[in-house]
Amino acid sequence: MTAITDSADATRWWQSRAVRRFRNHKLAMIGMVMIVALTLACVFGPYLLPHDSLNINLIARFSPPLTGDHYLGTDPLGRDIAARLLMAGRISLLVGFFAMVLSTVIGAAIGVIAGYRGGWVGAALMRMTDAFLSYPSIFLLLALAALLKPSPVMITIIIAVTSWMEIARIVEAEVRSLREREFVQAGRMLGLSGTHIMFREILPNAMGPIIVAATLTVARAILLEAYVSFLGYGIQPPLPSWGNMLNGAQQYLATAPWLAIIPGITITIAVTSFNFIGDGLRDALDVRNDHP
Amino acid sequence: MLGFLLNRLWQSAVLLVIVSIIGFLVLNLIPGGPLSQFALDPGMTQDDIDRIAAQMGLDRPLLVQYFDWAWKLLQGDWGHSFRDGSPVLDVIRRHLFATLLLMGSSTAIAIGLGTWIGIRGATHRYSTFDYSATIGAMIALSIPTFWFGLVGIYVFSLRLGWVPAGNMYTIGDQSFLNYLHHLILPSVVLALVNIAVWSRYMRSATLDVISQDFVNTARAKGVSERRVLMKHVVGNALLPMITLAGMQLPSLLSGALVTETVFTWPGMGRLFLDSLGYSDYPVVMGLLMFSAILVLLGNLIADIIVALVDPRIRLG
Repeated sequence: MTAITDSADATRWWQSRAVRRFRNHKLAMIGMVMIVALTLACVFGPYLLPHDSLNINLIARFSPPLTGDHYLGTDPLGRDIAARLLMAGRISLLVGFFAMVLSTVIGAAIGVIAGYRGGWVGAALMRMTDAFLSYPSIFLLLALAALLKPSPVMITIIIAVTSWMEIARIVEAEVRSLREREFVQAGRMLGLSGTHIMFREILPNAMGPIIVAATLTVARAILLEAYVSFLGYGIQPPLPSWGNMLNGAQQYLATAPWLAIIPGITITIAVTSFNFIGDGLRDALDVRNDHP
Repeated sequence: MLGFLLNRLWQSAVLLVIVSIIGFLVLNLIPGGPLSQFALDPGMTQDDIDRIAAQMGLDRPLLVQYFDWAWKLLQGDWGHSFRDGSPVLDVIRRHLFATLLLMGSSTAIAIGLGTWIGIRGATHRYSTFDYSATIGAMIALSIPTFWFGLVGIYVFSLRLGWVPAGNMYTIGDQSFLNYLHHLILPSVVLALVNIAVWSRYMRSATLDVISQDFVNTARAKGVSERRVLMKHVVGNALLPMITLAGMQLPSLLSGALVTETVFTWPGMGRLFLDSLGYSDYPVVMGLLMFSAILVLLGNLIADIIVALVDPRIRLG
């Protein structure tokens, strides 16, 4: 984090220009508020609701929203949708977050090594990155999810394995441009090891683009988890996730549209919020705008 | 130009090799490997499976197996479907048209609308239109395509009854209009994300061009604003878009898979999912390789077109 806050040496980090610009970014603040609210609701909400997310009640099945104390209605097994939505949010947000962490670590490591070493090592690593990018991500993701036994941890790993490439490219480009700068040469002259220079000297200076890309990766990971679970190869019931809540929704579309609408809107809100935050961070951290 | 072409072909060949290695490794991840169809059969003992493995050469070193597999791939021998025994390439070919139709029509929509939104956003920078387009694009990129498809089906076919809820044509009626009727909703759904991406890139490409000297020169010469925009700006701004169209291919294919699932569209995505359901690994592997090759080809073609159009690359 040093690189970001260095510019404001006399002041605290929360008084820095980047933080001020981020706080003045309306969309980013909206996204921030929504994510915090969603996270709090998912953490504490299930304890406050009258129904348990796994409680099957066949008499009350297919209740539309606002029936009695089923605020968002019930699903085909009579389970409370509000309770399931919040429990599912825990899974989906956790999968999104940890997939981001893992893919950022993979992408940053590959990007730093490729960018710093250059030569045939760099070329080989970047061609591998290009090759991974040639596969439509959903195809690769689904094939892996169908072959390996799906569990929340496995899904997280699979999503990370199929979405580290963008970060690797960003970091590689950034590191390549920093490689010949004076502070790196100074490090080399001091006899610091390659690993130390790569991860302790160069990487912190590439933190801005990494943070932005990581934020957008959370959004992407949530979407991917939803896709895979919707198709039945992701998080397996009875464990709810936003994706698998939509799994059976299509067949009841005519009679119980809320089964499809409610989780979908929640996914859209969560993903939009992360995209807003990413946009704000990009402006605040002065990252070159070459992304839509 | 020839040097560029050879260099680009060589790069694609290298990528193809790496892509095939990744594909081969995925194939060997399958529990039971290429013999998984027998591993599930209770009538098969381990001895039987070992014998078949030896017959099929699966007891050889992995490297030898890879070269054998890759060589067959090059010759067009992609194995046979577990489901009906027909060659994998034939199965894929039967589903190719539907996917290309869907991708083509939604790309046409996305390019048309996206170009317009992008240019208007750039020429009316920081206007209400520009802001709404920016925010709209970010929201469009956040909507899960499959869910948007479900909402589309609910509104436009279940409630309003304007369009069919799925399939490519009504059985017994393969007229052009019938295809078109079935095509509208899925291609609009698939187009949404691409309109967003395309308009964002088009906006920044237009902004890049609009501030360049030759545009100012044209204005100074007294060329009308409309003509400056049409002749000098848009043409140059569209150039990087060709590369973008190539780069967007993987995500377009991914989107097509998801859209096809929701609309029971008989394309490659639907085939992929069905094959996963039947554990038909030769077809799954075939589709994985086929789509990657399609992407490599698309990028290659995009680069060649750019080189043909742009003298800076052709001569450089």
